[in-house]
Amino acid sequence: MSVNETISSAAEQHENSVPVQDVVTEKKREDMPVQEGKTVGLPYADDPKFKLRNVEVFYGEDRAIKDISLDIARNEVISFIGPSGCGKSTFLRCLNRMNDSIDICRVKGQLMLDDEDIYHSRRDVVELRARVGMVFQKPNPFPKSIYDNVAYGPRIHGLANRKSDLDDIVENSLRKAGLWDEVKDRLDATATGMSGGQQQRLCIARAIAVSPEVILMDEPCSALDPIATAKVEELISEMSESYTIVIVTHSMQQAARVSHRTAYFHLGHLVEVNETSKVFTAPQHELTESYITGRFG
Amino acid sequence: MTDQRSQAELVRQSLKRRYRKERRFRLYGIVAIFIALASLFILFADIIGKGHTGFVKTTITLDVTLDSETMYLDDPTDKDQIAMADFVAPIIAALQDHFPNAEGRAAKRELGRLVGSYAASDIRDLLEANPDLLNTTQTMEFLAHDTVSVYVKHADDPSYSIRLSEQQQAWVDELLEKGVVDTSFNDVLFSRGDSREPGNAGILGAIVGSLFTMLVTLAISFPVGIAAAIYLEEFAPQNRLTDFIEVNINNLAAVPSIIFGLLGLAVFIGLFGMPRSVPVVGGLVLALMTLPTIIISSRAAIKSVPPSIREAAEGIGASKMQVVLHHVVPLAMPGMLTGSIIGMAQALGETAPLLLIGMVAFIVDVPDGFFSSATVLPVQIYLWASSSEQGFVELASAGIMVLLAFMISMNALAIWLRKRLERRW
Repeated sequence: MSVNETISSAAEQHENSVPVQDVVTEKKREDMPVQEGKTVGLPYADDPKFKLRNVEVFYGEDRAIKDISLDIARNEVISFIGPSGCGKSTFLRCLNRMNDSIDICRVKGQLMLDDEDIYHSRRDVVELRARVGMVFQKPNPFPKSIYDNVAYGPRIHGLANRKSDLDDIVENSLRKAGLWDEVKDRLDATATGMSGGQQQRLCIARAIAVSPEVILMDEPCSALDPIATAKVEELISEMSESYTIVIVTHSMQQAARVSHRTAYFHLGHLVEVNETSKVFTAPQHELTESYITGRFG
Repeated sequence: MTDQRSQAELVRQSLKRRYRKERRFRLYGIVAIFIALASLFILFADIIGKGHTGFVKTTITLDVTLDSETMYLDDPTDKDQIAMADFVAPIIAALQDHFPNAEGRAAKRELGRLVGSYAASDIRDLLEANPDLLNTTQTMEFLAHDTVSVYVKHADDPSYSIRLSEQQQAWVDELLEKGVVDTSFNDVLFSRGDSREPGNAGILGAIVGSLFTMLVTLAISFPVGIAAAIYLEEFAPQNRLTDFIEVNINNLAAVPSIIFGLLGLAVFIGLFGMPRSVPVVGGLVLALMTLPTIIISSRAAIKSVPPSIREAAEGIGASKMQVVLHHVVPLAMPGMLTGSIIGMAQALGETAPLLLIGMVAFIVDVPDGFFSSATVLPVQIYLWASSSEQGFVELASAGIMVLLAFMISMNALAIWLRKRLERRW
């Protein structure tokens, strides 16, 4: 069963899935109510990697994520789109608890990774992040050598006992990130001297060096030129065979190119989730349609 | 059309005004820099002008006949005889060789005052070390008396000669011509401790005292300051207690240094019974004084580490400790070192708190440890500057130059370290 089939079959079975007719109205966008907890499309999947139910995120008194429920399937590429400030990055960062370092941030609801609670009080964040890697908006290599950047994760997690093992991990990761041929002769060169696209691919190599199960990408291409972007997108497609990938993006073309499913966020609500082709060709919710046709956002 | 033209005219006029403003603003800046540089230049010119003579010593080289009769000394190994002997007599005799006319007690006394008062002990030390030299003739170099030294160094300024009689001036002039009296680099300054006599006084004691004191300060304030900064910045929860601590650290940085001296006096000496005027207590007091500076600058350095680096490490699964030790601290190190070195330089130049814990004592010996009585450079300068003799005033200026040299090299070190360790991202 392919990823998409898993999702659709789950949606049919799930009682919570909202019938399309419920939300389609002729009202103007401003009057359009977003019903809390009601998401159009196919938000659920069988045997999901992530099972997220009734997730709410507060910044102090401010409710940034409003009752979102979503499944993320295994080996799926799902992209989060939506206007700035809609909470897609915040939601993404809940998946490996990157919000922990923000003091005023509180997360409510049920977030399960392989049926284990992500926010359980005894959950080890370090172990979680080793399984759920992250690539950030701005390429952020450590100011060290290329080799050390990739080797850092395996080193701190004790993944390689011998130098030769570590060398293998570094080479494999760089190969997977499509960077090996460009840097194999200068592994000792400082990573900050590379081009932006190379740096971002290095960050991806650094993330896959610890063999995560999931990779979260927070607008990975927004600081890159079109050629570098194309390379990273190609990379994402290749990686989807072995990883579950969640990608936040502002580029709808990118979402259309790389993802199986697309989720549209609006003011902290998850408005619509569906197979990417459906979202872009036949959006079911008016807000989604307005956004993808460029009426706002 | 007219509307547009008049608008362009308005813009042109406002442009003129803006450029004028900009030019005026630049002028203010240039004037400010000029004033700063000028005062710095005047300061240096004054110090160097007054102090350069402090680096010159005046010596008198004489062929001294160590005659046992003139010295009333038969056996240099006998302590009693050494104590009673007259070691000035051979020097006067040697000077009389140059001036056969100088006879009589008054003339002899004046001759004797050409050499420094430690000249006699030079001969005693020589004989004590080598008793065989009794009744031989030795060529010895003595430090000239302070008055002679001042007269020689300021030959072109008559106001410096008043403390020498005319007879003495004539002798010195003649000896200068013969090359008996000579000036050379003042190695005494860098090889001895303080003395009652300017010619014999050196700054080595103060330098070593400063060194010991700074070592104590560094050993305490650097690790404590950096640990405090890292904890406050990275681990401490944000609550009233940490806010209170933060405010108080900032307050502490503004406390006058003499208060730290009082604290040292009351706590370290009064309560803990530590000895007075020793580098350990001085170092402790200065460490307390330097701590806030180091903590504040280290926190600023830690804050300036880009959050993206932190996130990158966290995203791979580094623990808090690993993020801090592997990434934040190395990147903040240049800033932390710079802050620490500047704090240390400040401590090196500090006088007031040390006066209170007794480091102002007159100490001749070069300190040999953390618990031996010592003084430090700025206190030594203070002591010399407040004495009336011209020789000491010169030494004070020379001391200031030495202190400034230390400060400048510490600041240079700070800049070098920053450049060296700085990593770009």
